[in-house]
Amino acid sequence: MQLARVIGTVVATVKNESLEGRKLLVVQTLDRDLEPIGKPMVAIDAVGAGFGELVFWCRGKEASFPFKREDTPTDCTIIGIVDSEQHVGRG
Amino acid sequence: MILARVVGNVVATRKNRRYENARVMLCQQITPEGEETSYSVLALDSVDAGFGDTVLIVQEGWSASTAATGEAGAAIDSAIVGVVDRIDLL
Repeated sequence: MQLARVIGTVVATVKNESLEGRKLLVVQTLDRDLEPIGKPMVAIDAVGAGFGELVFWCRGKEASFPFKREDTPTDCTIIGIVDSEQHVGRG
Repeated sequence: MILARVVGNVVATRKNRRYENARVMLCQQITPEGEETSYSVLALDSVDAGFGDTVLIVQEGWSASTAATGEAGAAIDSAIVGVVDRIDLL
């Protein structure tokens, strides 16, 4: 899983029918210092995340598990909302 | 599996239900020599790892999910499955 910031939304009228009703968000992955790393990606939301929030996402096949497995084609899903930047603890 | 150092944790009240009671640890990948790489990752803890520990992280869904929650099929791609005592390189 990776930390990320929600930096946008995606609207796609024509899409696979199993994506109907799903929220597509643009996420920028962050490193341990919450600095951007890599290119932004599109994620499906599974927890009710919104613009500007600090979240974490799950990659790969497991990304579809919050939904009906066969049903949702995704390889990047937001599965948690970090309470705040102060809740990213550094030992 | 990758070698990593536990550098923090993350608190998230709203999360997938399979993450209830889990510890989400912020980890930085390291080389066998102990140098940090640029890759950081969040992993669920299954072994009571603590800050500063060198750990083994499995990055395969079935394994990670089973190790961290006792059951497969969760949206978990990384789990800490061991605390490294030492590494000997030939």
